[in-house]
Amino acid sequence: MAGEIRSFRVTQSTRTSQIAAVVAVVVIVVLAAVPWWGGRFEMLLLGQIFAYLALASLWNLLAGFTGLVSIGQQAYVGFGGYMLFAFAIFGGVNPLLTIPIAAVLGALIAIPVGALIFRLSGAYFAIGTWVVAEVFRLVFAQVSALGGGSGNSLPPHIVREIASGREIRDMIIYWTALILVLIVIGFVYTMLRTRQGLALTAIRDSEPASESLGVNIWRTKFIVYVLSAGATSMIGALIFIQKLRISPDAAFSVNDWTAYVIFITVIGGIGRIEGPLIGTVVYFLLRELLADLGAVYLLILGVVAIVVMLRAPRGIWGFVVERYGIELFPVQRRLRLEGLDEMKGAARKSAGAAGPDVEVAAQPVKPD
Amino acid sequence: MDWVNAVVQGVLVGGLYALFAAGLSLIFGVMRLVNIAHGDLIVLAAYVALVAMQTTGLDPLFSLLIVVPVMAVFGYALQRGILNFTLGRDILPPLLVTFGLSVIIQNGLLTLFTADTRRLRSGALEVSSFPIGGGIDIGVLPLLMFCTAVAVIAILQFIFYTTPLGRAFRATSDDPEVARMMGIDNRHVFGLAMALSLAVVAIAGVFLAARTNFDPSIGPARLIFGFEAVIIGGLGNIWGTLAGGVILGVAQAIGAQLHPGWQILAGHIVFLIVLAVRPRGLFPRVD
Repeated sequence: MAGEIRSFRVTQSTRTSQIAAVVAVVVIVVLAAVPWWGGRFEMLLLGQIFAYLALASLWNLLAGFTGLVSIGQQAYVGFGGYMLFAFAIFGGVNPLLTIPIAAVLGALIAIPVGALIFRLSGAYFAIGTWVVAEVFRLVFAQVSALGGGSGNSLPPHIVREIASGREIRDMIIYWTALILVLIVIGFVYTMLRTRQGLALTAIRDSEPASESLGVNIWRTKFIVYVLSAGATSMIGALIFIQKLRISPDAAFSVNDWTAYVIFITVIGGIGRIEGPLIGTVVYFLLRELLADLGAVYLLILGVVAIVVMLRAPRGIWGFVVERYGIELFPVQRRLRLEGLDEMKGAARKSAGAAGPDVEVAAQPVKPD
Repeated sequence: MDWVNAVVQGVLVGGLYALFAAGLSLIFGVMRLVNIAHGDLIVLAAYVALVAMQTTGLDPLFSLLIVVPVMAVFGYALQRGILNFTLGRDILPPLLVTFGLSVIIQNGLLTLFTADTRRLRSGALEVSSFPIGGGIDIGVLPLLMFCTAVAVIAILQFIFYTTPLGRAFRATSDDPEVARMMGIDNRHVFGLAMALSLAVVAIAGVFLAARTNFDPSIGPARLIFGFEAVIIGGLGNIWGTLAGGVILGVAQAIGAQLHPGWQILAGHIVFLIVLAVRPRGLFPRVD
């Protein structure tokens, strides 16, 4: 190609992502104000949506970026929920303060668990995580102080510790959910924009190649596993603050905390930060439309997930990116060459939608 | 004496777990596919047997004449119609598609048959037993189940190592590209492997349903038992899988003897201990 490159810089943001950031701020402000313009129903529904969005973002970090397909994340959701009950009832801790406790303990327990199940690779790892979740369920069902197999409710005097009035309490729980989902998305985004994220993407695209470049595969994956377990436990505590009642079957439900989460991520677009966002919206729309169908609704979800996986494995958002090159949360690095107006036309022809930006690092697109 | 009895019964149940495991490890061996819906397919086979018995009035064991071919054909169609399109370098598509299949089977059965528990009644066979001394009785049905498991594993071993079909299985497992160059149609071979796997699943499903109550939700636990038997026994060693099933069965029986709530937990714990101490299983294949 003719022409001289006068200067260049490596950038991650794009104009779309800058606009998206502004829109995001507006959306967050609107959501934060829901207690003033919405009712109790909206707050409860949005609270659930935030919890699912957070779980899906974390599962996506594991499966879509790290290649660790877990069907046992309910282990940590349930663990976080039980930590809420244990510390609030026996430790006298304010329920809201059990959330960070659950996060720390969830990450700590994930260290021995991870060390054990990391011995299984690929698909067997997936079933191993499920066994661990079953072990957690059976163990907590044996703890009679926490209600044993039939479960337990959070006593009213402890619930009042959050706030004495019901309306204020709903608001506080709602805002907590909003803050936590923002923390989780921020955590995932930061993970992927840092060195760690580059290492993860490299591992996902080719383990041998990344290893030869000095990436410690085991350690990188292990750190992500432990941190996302902590974050999942944190969301678990939140979910059971919303519910106020826990039982082993509800806390460690593979359907509620893993199957739905997988559907959300697959339908929205696995391996994309935006995927869980889109997926959560689609999932809750489907749920509102089809919830009366009961088992048939789940059947439909299963069919949709299979069709998406076979026909559009990158999900709805993957399709959008392929078609329009839009990224709301850019994690790939672009080499921007400046002062080469005459080159832009030629470059655009050859590089297609990427325009004058030449990608120099692994981009979050799954290889076929 | 209770303890000896528990161990004996545990060994016999172990045969059933080995049957759960055999189909699972066959598929993994041939095409590196872990079928998350495996447990639900076992339950599906139990319902096929139920329908077959209700329409023809057959005994559970004779219903195998219908259930085995039905499941085998279903397996071939499933592989050719869906699962072949998920195979590749990425482990995600087969995992997620079989996971979706698991949800579909569970909820499909729930819609068709409700959540009521069922049982395949086998009349006199169900209750007949004979003493082996020391006050221990062995049920005819559990013994039959164990012997069937041994026979199935022997047959699988025979198919794998002495027949042209087994050679095709091993060839595609070792190197699918080269196998294709040698004129093997991988898609067809994978279809046959899934058909064989689901034939074993059919036998496992009928014995499961003749031995205990079942309902649409019990599939995932069967997948986990089969998986644990595979890992305890050692990947790639089919007789090891039988040993793994027996160890799991005995562990559960001893756990149940200690405390009714510990039955399943004891099995999981033995699995985790094996994973910690001997991550390649107790009897790994010598390569």
